[in-house]
Amino acid sequence: MTKTIRIDGNIIPFEEGQTIIEAATSAGIYIPHLCHHPEFTPHGSCKLCTVKVNGRNCSACTFPAMEDQEILNDTQELQADRQKITQMLFVEGNHFCPSCEKTGNCQLQAVAYHLNMLDSHFPHFYAHRELDASHAEVLIDHNRCIFCTLCVRASLEHDGKDVFAVSGRGINKHLIVNTESGLLKDTNLAATDLAAHICPTGAILIKHTSYQVPIGERIYDHQHIDQVSLAAEQSDEN
Amino acid sequence: MKTKIRIATTSLAGCFGCHMSLLDLDERLVPLAELIEFDRSPLTDIEHCTNCDIGLIEGGVCNSENVHVLREFRKNCKILVAVGACAITGGLPAMRNFIPLEECLAEAYIHGIGVENAQIPNDPELPLLLDKVRPLHEVVKIDYYLPGCPPSAEVFWTFLNDLIAGREPSLPYECVHYD
Repeated sequence: MTKTIRIDGNIIPFEEGQTIIEAATSAGIYIPHLCHHPEFTPHGSCKLCTVKVNGRNCSACTFPAMEDQEILNDTQELQADRQKITQMLFVEGNHFCPSCEKTGNCQLQAVAYHLNMLDSHFPHFYAHRELDASHAEVLIDHNRCIFCTLCVRASLEHDGKDVFAVSGRGINKHLIVNTESGLLKDTNLAATDLAAHICPTGAILIKHTSYQVPIGERIYDHQHIDQVSLAAEQSDEN
Repeated sequence: MKTKIRIATTSLAGCFGCHMSLLDLDERLVPLAELIEFDRSPLTDIEHCTNCDIGLIEGGVCNSENVHVLREFRKNCKILVAVGACAITGGLPAMRNFIPLEECLAEAYIHGIGVENAQIPNDPELPLLLDKVRPLHEVVKIDYYLPGCPPSAEVFWTFLNDLIAGREPSLPYECVHYD
C-alpha cells in the first residue's frame, strides 16, 4: 500500500526516504524555498520551507516524510512568517534590485514577490561587503549573498571541486573561496561550473552576460516562482 | 459637490522618476482629477502641507531637510505612503552608505575630475547630510508601500482607486516589482 502524508488536507503519496519537500514537489505542491535544490544534500538554512508538521514547525527540505503526518503549508500564519524571514534576508545584505544585474531572474526577489512582500519592515543593516571581480569570467558580489551554500554544495557534489565555503558565524558569516589569496581568480572555478550558475540571488554572476535579456523580459517578470520552480524540480526528478 | 480627496506629494532623496510615473497615468489623470486635488507637491508649488488625506513620498531620507519634510507629511497626512524603491529601501542613494561621508564629499568636490576652486559646500542654507541614507519607515510610521523603480502608473491607479473607494489597497502580482 502506498504511504501517504497530508498537506493542507490533501492526501499526498511518498516513497520511503523522501523529505516532505520532495514528496510535495512530486505531487505538484510548491513550498517556498531558497537553499533547497533537489540535486544536493539538504542544508536547511534559509527556513523559508518551514511547514507545520503535527503542530510543530519543521524545515520541509530536511524533515523526512512519514506516515500519519498532518502538514500545514499554505496558511496565512506560515506565509507571514516566510515574509518576515525574506525581509530579514533583504535587510541583512544589500539588495538594491534596481541596480542588480540579476533582477527579474532572482529567486530571492521572486520569492518575495510570491509572498507579496511590499516593504523591508526591519531597519537595514547596510553592512559593508566587498566585491570580488578578480576572476576573468565570474564575479562575486558579497552584498547579495544569503549563505544558502548552494555554490558550496554544487562545487563539491557536482563539479568535483572545492571552490567555496562559508566561514564565520552569526553576523560575521561570509562566503570564502578556497585559495590563500582569498581571490576567485586563484581558484580552479570555470564559468561552465554549475557552482557559477546556481546562485539564487545576484551574488555569483557570469560576467559579460548580465544584460543579454533585457529587464522586463526575464523569468520572473511574467512567471510565478511556484510554477517555474515546480517545473524545473519535477523534471530534475525524472 | 463632494469633497475631493486631498493629496500631498514630495520627492526626498529621489529622482522624480516616481512622480513621472504618476504622470504616466496619461488620460486617466482626467477622471482622477475629478476625485482628487493636490496640496503640497512639486505639481502645485504649495510650500507646506495642510491637512491631507494621502501623502505620497518618493525617495529616501538623506539630509536634515528630508527629515523635517517627512515629519511635516506625517503630521498632516492621514495616510502616508512610501513610493518606490528609494523610499522603501534607501535605494541607489543608499549605496553611499558604505563610504564614509567625508570621503564621498571629497570625491565629489575636492578630488573629482574637472573640479575647479575645490571646496566642500558649506553655505548655512544647505541642509546637512545624514551619515547614512535611510528608508522612510526608519524615521516615521508608514501606512502603505508601493514598490518599483519606479512603480508603474498601473500601481498608482490600482492603489489610489482602492483607497478612494474605501477598500483595503492590494496590489495584484503583476504590479509587484522591485526594479
